[in-house]
Amino acid sequence: MYVAVKGGERAIENAHALLADVRRGDRAVPELTLDQIGHQLALGVDRVMCEGSLYDRELAALAIKQARGDLIEAIFLLRAYRTTLPRFGASVPIETGDMDIRRRVSATFKDLPGGQVLGPTFDYTHRLLDHTLAEGGDVPEPATAPGDDTKFRSVAELLAGSGLIENNSPAAEDVGDLTREPLSFPAGRDLRLQNLARGDEGFLLALAYSTQRGYGRNHPFAGEIRYGEVEIEFFAEDAGFAVPLGAIAVTECQMVNQFTGNADQPPRFTRGYGLSFGQSERKAMAMALVDRALRAAELGEETGAPAQDAEFVLSHSDNVQATGFVEHLKLPHYVDFQAELGLLRKLQAEFFARGTQADAESQMTALQDAAE
Amino acid sequence: MTAPAYNFAYLDEQTKRMIRRAILKAIAIPGYQVPFASREMPMPYGWGTGGVQVTASILGPDDTLKVIDQGSDDTTNAVSIRKFFTKTANVRTTTATIEATVIQTRHRVPETPLSEEQVLVYQVPIPEPLRFLEPRETETRRMHALSEYGLMHVKLYEDIARHGHIATAYAYPVQVDDRYVMDPSPIPKFDNPKLDDCPALQLFGAGREKRIYAIPPYTRVVSLDFEDHPFEAYRHDAACELCGASDSFLDEVITDDDGNRMFVCSDTDYCEQRRALGHGPYNAAPADPQGSSHTGASPTEPA
Repeated sequence: MYVAVKGGERAIENAHALLADVRRGDRAVPELTLDQIGHQLALGVDRVMCEGSLYDRELAALAIKQARGDLIEAIFLLRAYRTTLPRFGASVPIETGDMDIRRRVSATFKDLPGGQVLGPTFDYTHRLLDHTLAEGGDVPEPATAPGDDTKFRSVAELLAGSGLIENNSPAAEDVGDLTREPLSFPAGRDLRLQNLARGDEGFLLALAYSTQRGYGRNHPFAGEIRYGEVEIEFFAEDAGFAVPLGAIAVTECQMVNQFTGNADQPPRFTRGYGLSFGQSERKAMAMALVDRALRAAELGEETGAPAQDAEFVLSHSDNVQATGFVEHLKLPHYVDFQAELGLLRKLQAEFFARGTQADAESQMTALQDAAE
Repeated sequence: MTAPAYNFAYLDEQTKRMIRRAILKAIAIPGYQVPFASREMPMPYGWGTGGVQVTASILGPDDTLKVIDQGSDDTTNAVSIRKFFTKTANVRTTTATIEATVIQTRHRVPETPLSEEQVLVYQVPIPEPLRFLEPRETETRRMHALSEYGLMHVKLYEDIARHGHIATAYAYPVQVDDRYVMDPSPIPKFDNPKLDDCPALQLFGAGREKRIYAIPPYTRVVSLDFEDHPFEAYRHDAACELCGASDSFLDEVITDDDGNRMFVCSDTDYCEQRRALGHGPYNAAPADPQGSSHTGASPTEPA
């Protein structure tokens, strides 16, 4: 005899207790500390901060620990925390030209003021598993060189001086915030960039890749990628001047894209822009390519590729939304399913009734056999 | 990093004010989808964040809350949401439909008729009834603005031409107050007639899609149909095997490996109340082989 299912509450509690147990795993293995995650899984922390849109290394490390290394789950934890925080306002725009450079490379000029600075990078490493790492051990101190006062001007700025590249449109007075106002279309570039900065790295990577393979090609050059710390300031109304809040590490990518011009505008280079928290070059580059793709209509270019479709891109870039809705299919749907089942049985009955009587009967039997 | 203290019903008052404004606008324009700045909630998008935000914004300390999913108070997500409000708002909760002042639901309308004292909050996955005909929000908003609903009627007509019936069993579109075509959320179409002229305020929250809409009390809600193909509220042709109800929406439960099945009320409170009143299972097989259609779906049994 069927008994109405009870005990959902206890089942949930037990499932969560089990989760806590497997998260910790074998108690004989030392527990991860937030410092270990923050320092040794730093790029994971960077990604969680970026897509969680909250710059806090310690909280991001905690989220990664709590999420058992599932970065999208960690991003979700950070977002759910972020949304409870009061929002005082927007900072003064950061000046990446004044960045304390850890890395700066340009693919468009062999040399430029400040030079190419490789910094810490996977680039040019041979991807051979390093079995000595498995045991741990001493790592030699890196080489250092005395710094000088050379200002690392941005490549786009250097080009702008000679009129070869478009000027950045002036900053909007009120920068939008899609966490405070629902996104509507057409969306301004400020909101598009905010959306992309919070967007899923994998999704942006695939879209960016698609533009390189011909779905909305925009002839990009990596004008410059830079990573380092920038000062962040907040204009305090009370004090009447900008107050420094501290420094954050960011990666910035300026793509330089071909543009053939049109009746109103001369041929010149255009820009795609990417910015991410921490060292997230893949994300910043993908973002810059997609940003430029989304400008196709504005520049009078042919449109129609997925990466050029703002409504498509911006509506599906958020991995917290996406994972929630995809995974909600785990929730019970038996009411809908029952309703659909009723309709299906009705349609099937009519379908078989239309066939010859004999056919219908044999098919019905076969179907019932399959169902039972 | 201590545990942060949250406001009553989790959301801060600024956010509640913003959501209440959206709700008021939604009530003023029945069936119109009002965009609102949906927040990230501590449960995933798609798991009721819209309903939770609406409930959080209307809940007061004196309210009594009921949460159902698939008609049941004990499904895991309903349990989880009820616990959330017990924890963050410390409100009274109940499983009895008649005792509740606020009922949050996913996929069902309770069988027990609602009263003017109650608010029904629906969780909505995709608020746009035209979405699967036209994926672009810019287009669908224009279509609503112009009452351009021909596409929907063509879809329903094509269903009839192809299948002989309108092939929509749940989330069956309705027209509210003779103006906006609205998605009633994925309730079975059996529940659609309950939306019409309902004494309770009905609020719909879609968190991920950032939309709120409403049906004010006693508003005309018509399920779309054609004169020669009138709307029919389908239910399984059976009676509940626990309480004998022949007017409630039924869940089909597979009872063994041989595919034997039984039918029980989807609304667990309705079923329990009936059994408390002494109703039991029917032993006889259902009489009417065709009788799967009920147009007047409101239950008349006492709850």
